[in-house]
Amino acid sequence: MDQPRVGLFVTCLVDLFRPVIGFSAVALLERAGCQVEVPTDQTCCGQPAYNAGDLKNSRSIAQSVIRAFEDFDYIVAPSGSCAGMLRAHYPDLFKDDPEWSPRANHLAQRTHELISFLVDIRGMASVENVGFEAQATYHDSCSGLRELGVKAQPRRLLATVEGLDLNELPGAETCCGFGGTFCIKYPDISNRMVADKTADITATGADLLLAGDLGCLMNMAGKLKREGSTTQARHVAEVLAGMTEGPAIGEPEKAPGT
Amino acid sequence: MGQAQALSGTVIVMSTARDQILGGIRKSLGRETSPSRQEAEARLANHPRNLIPQRAHVAVEERLELFVAQATAAAASVARVRSLDEVPGAVSSFLAGHNLPQRVKLSPDTFITGLDWDGQPTLETDTGKAIDSDLASVTGAVAGIAETGTLMLASGTDRPTTLNFLPDNHIVILPADRIVGVYEDGWDKLRQDGDLPRTVNFITGPSRTGDIEQTIQLGAHGPRRLHIIVVEDAA
Amino acid sequence: MKPQSHLFKENAKKALNDANLARALNNMKAGFQDKRRATIAKLPEFQDLRDQARDLKNHTLENLDFYLSRFEDRVTEKGGHVHWARTPAEAREAVLEICRSVDAKTVTKGKSMVTEEIGLNDFLIESGLTPIETDLGEYIIQLRHELPSHIIAPAIHLNKEDVAETFRENHTQLDPNRRLDQVQDFTDEARAILRQKFQSADVGITGANFLIAETGSTVIVTNEGNGDLTQVLPKVHIVVASIEKTIPTLEDSATILRVLARSATGQEYSTYTTFSTGPRRPGDLDGPEQFHVVILDNGRSALLGTEAQDTLRCIRCGACMNHCPVYGSVGGHAYGWVVPGPIGAALDPGLIGLEEAHDLPNASTFCGKCAEVCPMKIPLPKIMHHWRVKEHEAKLSPPRFRQGLAMWAWFARRPRLYRLGANAAIGMLGRLGAKRGRFAKLPLAGGWTAHRDLPAPSRGTFQQQWARHKRSQAPSSS
Repeated sequence: MDQPRVGLFVTCLVDLFRPVIGFSAVALLERAGCQVEVPTDQTCCGQPAYNAGDLKNSRSIAQSVIRAFEDFDYIVAPSGSCAGMLRAHYPDLFKDDPEWSPRANHLAQRTHELISFLVDIRGMASVENVGFEAQATYHDSCSGLRELGVKAQPRRLLATVEGLDLNELPGAETCCGFGGTFCIKYPDISNRMVADKTADITATGADLLLAGDLGCLMNMAGKLKREGSTTQARHVAEVLAGMTEGPAIGEPEKAPGT
Repeated sequence: MGQAQALSGTVIVMSTARDQILGGIRKSLGRETSPSRQEAEARLANHPRNLIPQRAHVAVEERLELFVAQATAAAASVARVRSLDEVPGAVSSFLAGHNLPQRVKLSPDTFITGLDWDGQPTLETDTGKAIDSDLASVTGAVAGIAETGTLMLASGTDRPTTLNFLPDNHIVILPADRIVGVYEDGWDKLRQDGDLPRTVNFITGPSRTGDIEQTIQLGAHGPRRLHIIVVEDAA
Repeated sequence: MKPQSHLFKENAKKALNDANLARALNNMKAGFQDKRRATIAKLPEFQDLRDQARDLKNHTLENLDFYLSRFEDRVTEKGGHVHWARTPAEAREAVLEICRSVDAKTVTKGKSMVTEEIGLNDFLIESGLTPIETDLGEYIIQLRHELPSHIIAPAIHLNKEDVAETFRENHTQLDPNRRLDQVQDFTDEARAILRQKFQSADVGITGANFLIAETGSTVIVTNEGNGDLTQVLPKVHIVVASIEKTIPTLEDSATILRVLARSATGQEYSTYTTFSTGPRRPGDLDGPEQFHVVILDNGRSALLGTEAQDTLRCIRCGACMNHCPVYGSVGGHAYGWVVPGPIGAALDPGLIGLEEAHDLPNASTFCGKCAEVCPMKIPLPKIMHHWRVKEHEAKLSPPRFRQGLAMWAWFARRPRLYRLGANAAIGMLGRLGAKRGRFAKLPLAGGWTAHRDLPAPSRGTFQQQWARHKRSQAPSSS
């Protein structure tokens, strides 16, 4: 496809907490030759309901997502978790529904996580004229890693960012303890998991933590800040798009004039 | 009479339990007879092999080397002798090397008892099953399995199982031509011999435990040492 | 012991505050994870073997009635006895009756999760017998009157100091000033004490890793050799096993055994794998005179044909818990029943009831590591999700959580209203948080901010900013 029409599934967290990730996604997709649109009729992929076992609400939210994104060549989300929901779990939600099952499958087949879409589908091999001076480390968010096989793609693109030195995080594939509603239902367990994670991050000496899912990033950044760490956290798309002028996750806006 | 009644009562309860469990399985699976029942019958009759790891597909000499390497990696010690005549001497030097008394309990297997033990005048031998005071035993093995350096031993009237577990030191005499590639080859050997023995032991290295702080400690309940004497030409 | 799974949250909290436990659980990485990874790397066919192991077990479960009755036929032909037990009580009674028939006093036991499940030890003690666990870890926790906290390393929650204390309290016949600080000290002490028990036992009880339909053999896999001494020395050997342990043939056992030890301890093969077929034969110099197999259902047959059927493929290797960050944080006791960790969370609601165990399948981030390492490819998160659906249907989750979720879902289904609410809330939060960039405390977010800061949103949602951006780009129409 020459100029595929891509519907950006913004994800609720990016919409609410960190729009710069959405803008970075748009910029990267356009650089990859896509025509990007952002349907306004989107809210959330429905994971909170789905993970709580509430199939009725999950289906109803899924239906509105399917409707909103039915006409695109691709649906792309800057999150492995939400893309995984659309790809892996929507078909399951409607497997016994003759009307919605084909629609859910059709959506699932065209849905991708942003970075793997850029590399695997659009053949992006590098980002050009993008630089960011940092000692970085990268956390593999679980859904992207295990449901969608996102592992090499972000590393490949990050290697082409000038000035960025990426050191592997020991236990990069271990869950950070976010887990959506898990961190609210089991705050103590979640805390142990994220504390183990930030200890690993700190031990790498990195001044920048990257990942592909804002939920995990808010969890890890929130813990790093609570611990008084100076390590900054950003979504990988921000760095790849060169949209790093604004504050990192959980950092204050720069005072005017400085 | 009370007991007879109780026992027959038990039989009834058990058969009810049996029928209910098997019936419950059929009910849950939603069928009387499985659609793959014939496949199941055939599987039992033909016992087909599943995937066999490539590492076992090697020439005979390499198989011996693989067995030795794997057994050693599992913390067994391996000595190699050229012929059966050298076995008693090798047993004696193993004992001497560990400062053990020159005394062994031999398996009644004629393959073991038929060796020239008298040629080692300082070595005391006794034959039979193991008792608690035995410090070292000598047994044969049905096969050595190269893929993991595992010994396959089988029980029989002349092959008591206790020899494999009670003594602190278990010495196994393994002719090189009994080394096969994989577990399945071992089963083929036993199937050729006829009825499946009461006990078949696969043994890979000496006894061990990791139950305390995940630290591996040898000699938990079974032998602290497993010594394998490979006989290159046992003809 | 009764299930304590309904106390998961409380027990998890206690566990998190236990520094000794954290130290003990910390050993799992080097002890289990690294070794598994290294061993698997040496076997290129490992992933294909997993597929085959899964398929052959699925085939077995589809024909479980057939294979079980064939197994029974073969055991009987070889002079053994099969006892069927629908419930733990029936299984306990069957064992007791066999023990009584030979006037047994002392019973040695190999490690067996199914005898933990049926509460056999307490029952035998009440019935006047003395059961003695012989696996080192099980022996330690028997002395401490605890449940195992791991299915292959029952005492994984303890450190050497804990074991030293337990041994000093119980082995009062030994010199109180003896050295007990090396792993070898404990191993040697237990070995010496248990040797006497092995010799004096009247009955030996083991579990089974497999029941082989082709031959009527029961299989146990151990590293210590205790299971073998348990079954070869006493005059009676009783095997207690649940129905799903059945597999068709010896060849099939070879396939599953290739993935079992590698997944469990990271060994290429366990030290002892023992196939037992019937009792001592004429002329044998040792071996049990009687061979009994007690086959337990206890709710498993009802799981067939359901979303939880795949849990019956489990071979109890422990890989899922060895790699689970939740298990690694709270340990096995918090789960409150015999099988902890991800497989416990997937299996226990089916065996002890959802009401008792509904917390367990929730205590997962669905990170998927468990399914990734499971040698039998059990889709553990999927089965945990299935239980969450059942929990939701039964309204077992906390009312406040359900109400919050319902309110959120109401908005999420109505994009326009959602957007109005989001714009208002984010506008306010963005203004409040801009200065620090994060919140250390926020009403309704206590679960989050108790342990970490909440990054503040930007000024305005993406959709607001995007709309502005589009407007500024649009060609002027005037």
